[in-house]
Amino acid sequence: MSLTLDDVRRIARLARLEISAAEADKTRDQLNGILSFIEQLQSVDTTGIEPMAHAVDVVQRLRPDVATEPDRRETFQAVAPETEAGLYLVPRVVE
Amino acid sequence: MNQWEVVIGLETHAQLRTQSKIFSGASTAFGAEPNRQACAVDIALPGVLPVFNREAAVCAIKFGLAVGAAIAPRSIFARKNYFYPDLPKGYQISQFEIPVVSGGGLTIRVGEAEKHVNLTRAHLEEDAGKSLHEDFHGKTGIDLNRAGTPLLEIVTEPDMRSSAEAVAYAKTLHALVTWIGICDGNMQEGSFRCDANVSVRKPGDPLGTRREIKNLNSFRFLQQAIDYEIHWQINEIEEGRKIQQATVLFDPDTGETRAMRSKEDAHDYRYFPDPDLLPLEITPAWIEAVKAELPELPQAMQARFVTDYGLSAYDAATLTATRETAKYFEDCVAAASRENAKTCANWIMGELSARLNRDGLDIAAVPLTPTLLAGIVRRIADNTLSNKLAKEVFEALWAGEGKDADAVIEARGLKQISDSAAIEALIDEVLAANPKSVEEFRSGKDKAFNALVGQVMKATKGKANPQQVNDLLRQKLG
Repeated sequence: MSLTLDDVRRIARLARLEISAAEADKTRDQLNGILSFIEQLQSVDTTGIEPMAHAVDVVQRLRPDVATEPDRRETFQAVAPETEAGLYLVPRVVE
Repeated sequence: MNQWEVVIGLETHAQLRTQSKIFSGASTAFGAEPNRQACAVDIALPGVLPVFNREAAVCAIKFGLAVGAAIAPRSIFARKNYFYPDLPKGYQISQFEIPVVSGGGLTIRVGEAEKHVNLTRAHLEEDAGKSLHEDFHGKTGIDLNRAGTPLLEIVTEPDMRSSAEAVAYAKTLHALVTWIGICDGNMQEGSFRCDANVSVRKPGDPLGTRREIKNLNSFRFLQQAIDYEIHWQINEIEEGRKIQQATVLFDPDTGETRAMRSKEDAHDYRYFPDPDLLPLEITPAWIEAVKAELPELPQAMQARFVTDYGLSAYDAATLTATRETAKYFEDCVAAASRENAKTCANWIMGELSARLNRDGLDIAAVPLTPTLLAGIVRRIADNTLSNKLAKEVFEALWAGEGKDADAVIEARGLKQISDSAAIEALIDEVLAANPKSVEEFRSGKDKAFNALVGQVMKATKGKANPQQVNDLLRQKLG
């Protein structure tokens, strides 16, 4: 499988990345290079092997259900571009 | 409209009743000031990592057991990618290919008919924050307190055929999740909200194109929105237009649904396993331990009420509407003895429930305890109280008068007269005073008999058992 320039532009748009025509060309080649490695991996016969969702074969650690986090709103909001009445302000979102 | 078949599937987000968030130690308490319960993980500061809350898994296991579903020995967390300011990571942690719960189902009741609704799956995920679109100088305000709140998204098969069935399913599910204690069920606060997938087709045709109505947070809105949507879709098709797949919002003010501006690529979520989270392992031993904590389920309890107490299916369903009502009933029966179960049921569904409604009280907080009600029921059973007198005792106890039924009976002199000799003496007086009625009765007028019973009851100030008066009077006149 290989990506077209249109695929690359679409992926960039989904990721909210702005790319120039030259970057799009270069990115397509790089992504296609990565995909060719994956094709190589996929040529291995994995019949009968359970797919893994993570590179290490361990399971999730579980945290007890206790509220432990203190309120640090002032610290966090000190670095926010704009806040008001405890809210983070962002450019208007219209549904 | 009859030649169209309606097909509905529901997706419900139940907020899980945990103390802390699904992947962080921030509190989930409702109503805090904006962003006071949003920690570094919730606001997605660089370098933070999610740590899974064990209790969220316990809730999912309880649900899976309650609906007879399969619980995955290993389920996978996935990233659902989209951009919105109240989702600061740029993805929602959810489950995709392998959800924690698969299959199962719920039995719903619409009128007299029972129906089984199959579930597709239920998966764990985190909630997003809230966007406030009121005018902040042309900006949007973001509150991330809700970000990271644990949700169980419960998805049905497209099994429902009317808005009434959809509402019956939603109510049954709501009753179940609150019954097993995994969700507080508070719909105003958004703890239980439904998305409805609606399509129409001619019977026998393949499924029509569906539109999804988002975020319905009351049973009434669910019904209204689906009814409007069905009507709209049929009208579109009959006028020769095609239904476009879309996400729509319901406007309670106009009662209409309208399509959200459909963003290009809006549904390309590019799911992939979250590398920050390992598989969630649920062992058979863990499932067994949770099973032991699970309360008796409403449907099992209904069946037991029918066999053990001889209640009708309707009574059993009414008494198991909530766990609190069922407990009240069982406590009452325990104190009043099993053979009086039907009388207990009648009083709880009648007088008590009317009172609770009138005073806006919850059965768990009712001043008239099950033991006090049982006291009344016992005095009805042993003929101390007629139904009428029992209501007077109920009123008195409800108002907080007297420590129990016997105290009220004693203080107000409400004992039913069951001494035959005393009643017979009164009957003799009444017969002597009403020779005309006696004559009318003897000449075949049954109405005259009722008038005489009334006179005797009056003479006893309503304290005699009407059946006993009836019997004795017939003997006398016989």
